[in-house]
Amino acid sequence: MIQNVATYFVYPMLSLALILGFVRLVKGPTLPDRIVAFDIIASASAGVIVTAAIVMDRPVLLDVASVWAIISFLGVIALAYYIEKWRGQP
Amino acid sequence: MIEVITALLLIVGSFFMVVAALGIIRMPDLLLRMSCSTKAGTISLGALLLALAIYFWEFGIAARAAATICFVLLTAPIASHRIGRIAYLVRVPLWRGTIKDELQDVYPPDACSPFGQVCVIPSMDGAETGLEERE
Repeated sequence: MIQNVATYFVYPMLSLALILGFVRLVKGPTLPDRIVAFDIIASASAGVIVTAAIVMDRPVLLDVASVWAIISFLGVIALAYYIEKWRGQP
Repeated sequence: MIEVITALLLIVGSFFMVVAALGIIRMPDLLLRMSCSTKAGTISLGALLLALAIYFWEFGIAARAAATICFVLLTAPIASHRIGRIAYLVRVPLWRGTIKDELQDVYPPDACSPFGQVCVIPSMDGAETGLEERE
């Protein structure tokens, strides 16, 4: 049952979320929009990893998801710091 | 029983993820988009991790899942505040339906450049800055 739910609902929905986030990443008019798109792409891919841990019955993948969350947080902070210290031509 | 609860939590988590991604696409403004992405991080990822903790039902895995949920709950507002503050300081255009701007008179015009930076939005070459027109 978990297999069917994951295959026919959870994976397609998360893939749709990834695609929509990627559209905003390409389209976003300013750099902060792209940072927000990066944030939601990181959340959706962490959700894919957690779902894969349930479907494949490998709880080790939870460690991957938690490290993924930490790395995405650091990426967002680094990009915001980059905007703050940015100097140059618009 | 455990399978039913796990499936329900998985469905709730993925549904909220899609709703948040739709908000990322449809919302007219950076700050409104940012509110959507924070919900995705907390509610959706929290539901998925809770599903994992209930499905395996062991102490070590549940502890790690709870630690990850706590980490996400702690860091999502920090990242969001960081982006929102710097976006406001570099004058990312607000939605023209914005009614109230409480910070309008709080920051001086050169608040984003205490060390001499340029108060502009970094943009990639050829990308248009500013919002697309919406009704």
